[in-house]
Amino acid sequence: MKFKSLSIFLIISSFFLTCILSIWKIMSTLQGLSFTNLNITPVFSICILLSLSFVLIGKKINHLIKIFSLSFLFSILYFYLNEASPYWYILGVFLISLFFTNKLKKYSMESFKEDFISEKIIFDFITLFGIVFFAFVILFPFYIMLVTSFKTQIALLVNPLDFSLDFTKSLTELFKSYFVIFETYNFGRYILISSAVSVGTVIVTLLFAIPAAYAVARLNFFGKNFLSTSILIIYMFPAIVLVIPLYTVFSQLGLRNSIFGLLIVYTATTLPVAIYMLQGYFKSIPKEIEDAGIMDGQNWFGIILKIIIPLSLPAIASVALYVFMIAWNEFLFSLMFLDSPKSFTLSRAIQYLSGDAETPRQYLMAGSVIVTLPVLFIFVYFEKYLVSGLTSGSVKG
Amino acid sequence: MSDTLSKLEKRTAYTLVLPAVLLVFAIVLFPIFANVWISFKDIELKDIRIPEPRAKKIVKSISENQSELKIIYKLRNSSLIQEIRNVQFQDKFPKDISPINLDSRCNFQSKKVICNFGNWEAKYRENFEITIKNINGETINKKSIKSQKPILSGKADNPLLSTSFTLENFKKVFYENNFVELLLTTFYFTFFGTVGAIIFGILAAQLVNQNIQGRTYMRGILLFPYVGPVVALAYTWTLLLDPNSGTLNALLVNFNIIEKPINLLGQKYITMSILGFEFKLRLALTTVIFFEIWRYFPLAFLFILARLQAIPHSLYEAADVDGASPIQKFIHITLPQITAIISILFMIRFIWNFNKFEDIFLLTGGASGTRTLPINVYQQGFAVSDIGMGSAVSIVIVMLLLTFMVIYFRLIGKRANEV
Repeated sequence: MKFKSLSIFLIISSFFLTCILSIWKIMSTLQGLSFTNLNITPVFSICILLSLSFVLIGKKINHLIKIFSLSFLFSILYFYLNEASPYWYILGVFLISLFFTNKLKKYSMESFKEDFISEKIIFDFITLFGIVFFAFVILFPFYIMLVTSFKTQIALLVNPLDFSLDFTKSLTELFKSYFVIFETYNFGRYILISSAVSVGTVIVTLLFAIPAAYAVARLNFFGKNFLSTSILIIYMFPAIVLVIPLYTVFSQLGLRNSIFGLLIVYTATTLPVAIYMLQGYFKSIPKEIEDAGIMDGQNWFGIILKIIIPLSLPAIASVALYVFMIAWNEFLFSLMFLDSPKSFTLSRAIQYLSGDAETPRQYLMAGSVIVTLPVLFIFVYFEKYLVSGLTSGSVKG
Repeated sequence: MSDTLSKLEKRTAYTLVLPAVLLVFAIVLFPIFANVWISFKDIELKDIRIPEPRAKKIVKSISENQSELKIIYKLRNSSLIQEIRNVQFQDKFPKDISPINLDSRCNFQSKKVICNFGNWEAKYRENFEITIKNINGETINKKSIKSQKPILSGKADNPLLSTSFTLENFKKVFYENNFVELLLTTFYFTFFGTVGAIIFGILAAQLVNQNIQGRTYMRGILLFPYVGPVVALAYTWTLLLDPNSGTLNALLVNFNIIEKPINLLGQKYITMSILGFEFKLRLALTTVIFFEIWRYFPLAFLFILARLQAIPHSLYEAADVDGASPIQKFIHITLPQITAIISILFMIRFIWNFNKFEDIFLLTGGASGTRTLPINVYQQGFAVSDIGMGSAVSIVIVMLLLTFMVIYFRLIGKRANEV
């Protein structure tokens, strides 16, 4: 039993360490180091050696001394087994093994006697592995996007693996793609248009949604249930089936290529979600507060303006942020309705850029960074509001 | 008293709701019905402009004598396919100017030339000339003549409103459009995209729900692909997967995992052999599905995480007392608690994946076996310019969606309230 747990522990922990080291190696390759072999088998064997010596030493020596000395020995072994590598790379290996051995702290020969220890070991390392895996898979494309925008097309064609940044260059040289897309491709204008459309959509949507949500949440009227179920159904309907009729009608009315037309469409498509999210919150406000307002002689308008809105500012903020993100990220309608570069939104402009095969990719990525940064910034900064909004509104995507 | 109050309440409610309802009706519901109308019409992209009469005015001197000028109007029908009936023309001139030898279709009164050109067939063109002179023999200001634009009007049918209908579009959708393949691709994409997103969502939620450091950061990072703009993300992936100089292929070749680069987004099939069995994998479709999973598992993750965090700890403590293993705990406690949210997520994501357009459009444009129904709407409507056909495909989508929704409300509708 003890032997089975031990071998499971050795295999899975070494597997985990090998994976992390491989990721480290891949990332270093992208910094221009010319590794050509992941050396899985030798690395795996020294990882087993590390784990084994860790549990064999047990608590005989101080934990800190133990992890430092073990990691040091491990790094030296790794250094000799591996291709020639610079010191910062080995330092990384040292830090990784330090982190790894620290994680092993709770395991010793005694602990392998516990109930279900093999399952616990597997769960433990799968968790660790999962976190590294998910973080890597998610952040890697964002990393590539950012770094590519600082490189040049030629450098990338010569060595597609070298993403190292040359900080000896001047800042203007480094940020050249950004200057170019602002000067040559007019991105300043597109940022303005995108912001105007998004902010406009937020304002108009709130103007329409707050009264409607209030009525749905509070007032009794014929067709109320029908309305609240149709809100849900409508927002399951896809933009793609609306596109052809809207395109034809907008062409005939001359609303294509106009920011106003885009604004109407965005507002209408975000309204159902906004109403749905807001009415849920309005229902949670105690009715007595409004009754007090009625006593004071307020009409419905006054109640909404002076009682409901101040009380539900967090919910309104989360709806506003959410609608802003939808409008900012929207692509299909801007593709359909805008064909003149004068009225492009950011998303449409980037798509237009990519349509020309000659456009160097760093410009494309610089544009992508510009369109991505604001949403990520808003998201990270207001995460709390947004996450509650997302889960309550069960959101479209 | 209470009766008037409830009437007042009703009236207020309608005033509050009406603006939103009208807007949604005009932009969301009306197009869905308009699709039905358009789908029975033989109509193309170029037909949707209402034809109008146009004129370009050119002013020329005839001789040294600047008191006489020749004006040429280049008249044309803007439409290549439709006639315009009863075209009226009107142009204004400064005082003291009168036309000489005016065309018989026109007459001159109170400083205006008014013409009745009758009907113009499609592609109609004419160079129409008027010679004018100043009755006092003074020099005519060319610029003021040129700046005055002629006004034209005429009657033309709006091809959208005509009442000729045809079943041709639906025939084409079902018989000439590889309909079965289209449907199958759509279902592969939708089904695997949904299931994959949910599986990864459960895994991620299970991870983050554990007591690890930096849990909130992890939750934030996991949501990045979902909140990022699709254009930026899709192009980053295209760049990453590019066969010639993409990072992924370069890495795989560099570490000798593959011999030569694979065109992950441009190759329809790849032959794989596992355990001696050879089978063909839809490569580009699989890649697109992975992008879809990558982008939408965060949503599943978020919902499942919210549910996981609501499970009372006492349940797990009781299980610990009973000596349950981690796997038993997952199967007997966690899983039953999240089945409801998973079934809802499955339906919602299924419907939305079914409608997904941008992701596929940006990654492959619908090439190499990734043509789904929404992509087909775009291709028919705007690439082939057959609006009627595009609408017919839209109708197919709407019909399928309605079917899903009926199933959804039958199966899970009641349960949705419990979550």
